Amino acid sequence: MENLINDVLLGLLMITGFAIVRMKSLLGVTMLTSIYSLLSASLFVVLDAVDVALTEAAIGAGIATVLMVATVALTTDEEKVPRHTPLLPLLVVMATGAALIYGTLDMPHHGDPLAPAHRYVADSYLHDSPVEIGVPNVVTSVLASYRGYDTLGEVTVIFTAAAGVLALLGYRTRGRNIEAAGIRKQVVLRVIAKLFFPLILLFALYVQFHGDYGPGGGFQAGVIFATGFILYALAFGLGTAQRLIPSQLLRILAAAGVLIYAAVGLESMLLGGKFLEYRVLADDPIAGQHLGILLIELGVGITVASVMLIIYYGFVSRRH
Amino acid sequence: MLSTHLPALQVVLPLASAPVCLLLRHPRHAWACALTISWLVLAIAVMLVQQVAATGTISYAIGAWATPWGIEYRIDMAGALMILVVATIGAVVLPFAGRSIQQEIRKKHSGLFYTCFLLCLAGLLGIVVTGDAFNLFVFLEISSLSSYVLISLGCTRRALTAAFQYLVMGTIGATFILIGVGLLYMLTGTLNMVDISQRLTEVADTRTIRVAFAFVTVGVSIKLALFPLHLWLPNAYTFAPSVVSAFFAATATKVGIYVLLRLFFTVFGIGFSFVAMHVGEIMMLLAAAAMMVASLVAIFQNNVKRMLAYSSVAQIGYIILGISLASRDGVAAGMIHLFNHALIKCALFLSLGCIFLRLGSVELQDMRGLAKRMPWTMAAFVAGGLSLIGLPLTSGFISKWYLVGAALTDGYWPLAVLILLSSLLALIYIWRVVETAYFQVPGAGMPLVKEAPASMLIPAWLLIGANFYIGVDASLVSGIAHQAAGILIEQGVR
Repeated sequence: MENLINDVLLGLLMITGFAIVRMKSLLGVTMLTSIYSLLSASLFVVLDAVDVALTEAAIGAGIATVLMVATVALTTDEEKVPRHTPLLPLLVVMATGAALIYGTLDMPHHGDPLAPAHRYVADSYLHDSPVEIGVPNVVTSVLASYRGYDTLGEVTVIFTAAAGVLALLGYRTRGRNIEAAGIRKQVVLRVIAKLFFPLILLFALYVQFHGDYGPGGGFQAGVIFATGFILYALAFGLGTAQRLIPSQLLRILAAAGVLIYAAVGLESMLLGGKFLEYRVLADDPIAGQHLGILLIELGVGITVASVMLIIYYGFVSRRH
Repeated sequence: MLSTHLPALQVVLPLASAPVCLLLRHPRHAWACALTISWLVLAIAVMLVQQVAATGTISYAIGAWATPWGIEYRIDMAGALMILVVATIGAVVLPFAGRSIQQEIRKKHSGLFYTCFLLCLAGLLGIVVTGDAFNLFVFLEISSLSSYVLISLGCTRRALTAAFQYLVMGTIGATFILIGVGLLYMLTGTLNMVDISQRLTEVADTRTIRVAFAFVTVGVSIKLALFPLHLWLPNAYTFAPSVVSAFFAATATKVGIYVLLRLFFTVFGIGFSFVAMHVGEIMMLLAAAAMMVASLVAIFQNNVKRMLAYSSVAQIGYIILGISLASRDGVAAGMIHLFNHALIKCALFLSLGCIFLRLGSVELQDMRGLAKRMPWTMAAFVAGGLSLIGLPLTSGFISKWYLVGAALTDGYWPLAVLILLSSLLALIYIWRVVETAYFQVPGAGMPLVKEAPASMLIPAWLLIGANFYIGVDASLVSGIAHQAAGILIEQGVR
């Protein structure tokens, strides 16, 4: 049964992929990529990677689509006809594809319990993390503690993206209520948006603080949090949203998230541990791990949410 | 107590100061913040080199998790040499940046510029000190993303297309690296580089590992602009702000080469990379092509920045040539040239930055008779140029000496001929600039320009001074490089 679901999902993924290549309307392509992400998210659920699925759904299907629609609105819906024949790119892509298929020939079989990826490091994570970290969600233990330094790097990548958007687009600090005019008449939309807004924020907080126990964590929560504000901005205008969260505040928050994360690392250093060694943060090592994970996830959530909004403000405030 | 944390601080310090820099409203404050941090970073780098020299390879377990469960920072002599290069260049170009950026970048963007600069510095250092394959990818992303932004801040609109071109190529490269690391993890179940290398012996003879090797090699080759994957580089260096060109020419591609060294020797081993996969022959061919073709193209450039960019592609060829020999002497020669070229090219791009400050252009025709107006700047350019050609008493001579020696030891005399030929081509393109600046009369409409300010000349001349010092006494650099090459070869032979 599981294989059948996998096959159907993979088949749909392929069809969507071909449709993306063939389609000329960029808005259509954006919608299709959103569907592609949703399908991948479903695939991850089948593979029992629920944390990844949640991330993919929130980022790939959710906010990335919004940002791409904003880009299409800024530029054009029409795909430009390339000036050169795409023969060389086609060859490169085919060679890459052939190499990838060749590489699969000696791979361990799907779901093989004896595969190295399941036997070695991952196995010890599953066994030792309840004792060493004590967080029920092992994914969170790996991402936030065992490999917490990677996560600091990822947050920095997100922060760099914000710096890039600020440098290239910037934004007007007092955006006019540009898109509100059309949507103002849509009473149902506005009422629904207003109803959903607090629920989305509440859900974001749940995902943020429940990451230790179930799928979730700072990345997903940050994105969901930002989505709530984007929905608000769509329904009531950018200017209203900016009065709620000013651009300057976002800049400070984006920086603050990274700083919180780094500060936890430096604090554990000052308390006599290694960088990001959370167990020294409290008397009890397990309590220290909990505290450390809570704080760094908070930093992640703050930076991700504010960076997403910075990017959204940057794109939308340029609309004529 | 502090000294045990130096490996982590080396990267975390610039990384955590970047957000602080973003919050500083005044451009001068952001500059002062970045400058202080870059000097601290250099101090840490020097201390680390001393530690490595005294005690051998340093390992730092982040989060106190033992390898392979946590991420390890691992610095051996090769890594120490690289952090020294990156930190030195960072500390030298930032004093220069003060004036240069003030002129080339809009005031409201300067804070963002220094933020991205620090991020890039942290990213490059992170790539060097990490002993973890996935962590390497994360820091590669930080450095790449910030470099796209830094390039796009150039003062013409073409900087945007150059940055976009680099972004597309760079993203393909990064994706390839990620695919390769993924495949490696699939067959070894670990991400720690030393651990991968130990577990690789059992599974090395599989198609999956061969594909993984191909993907990471191509991906890294894009990042280090190996001919013919260099197409993003000339535009990126030409249209980026002067400081950025100087910084990248000396660090970004060099760190890429370092990653290649780590992969070939530390992770996959000589037996797999050079014997089974024949990467030596392929790299040698591409390096030789780079030395000849890129040098030839450089001769025909009228924008001096673009000329130096093509020259960089050729010089990367020299470094790769040394590595492709897979011998201790060859790798050491490659690393010596890596170090020397970083100093030379940075100095050359800095002197172009001085010229751009006064002239607002680096086109050859605008530089007629410039040597009279800006004697110190042009003298720095000539000194750097001589070293690029490889005249005795310059560092360029030292690296070519070792390269030719290594090639001859292994019986590759045609390579020695190619090195000499390519040096002649370098002589031609440098001479074009010298001839224009020293022997041509300025045109009627030429602006009367002053010499560049001391804050910009001193960094350039510091590097030129170091270049001549190495030209006379290369024992320190050569010693470190030989020691580093010895370690790499030792790791590679299993």
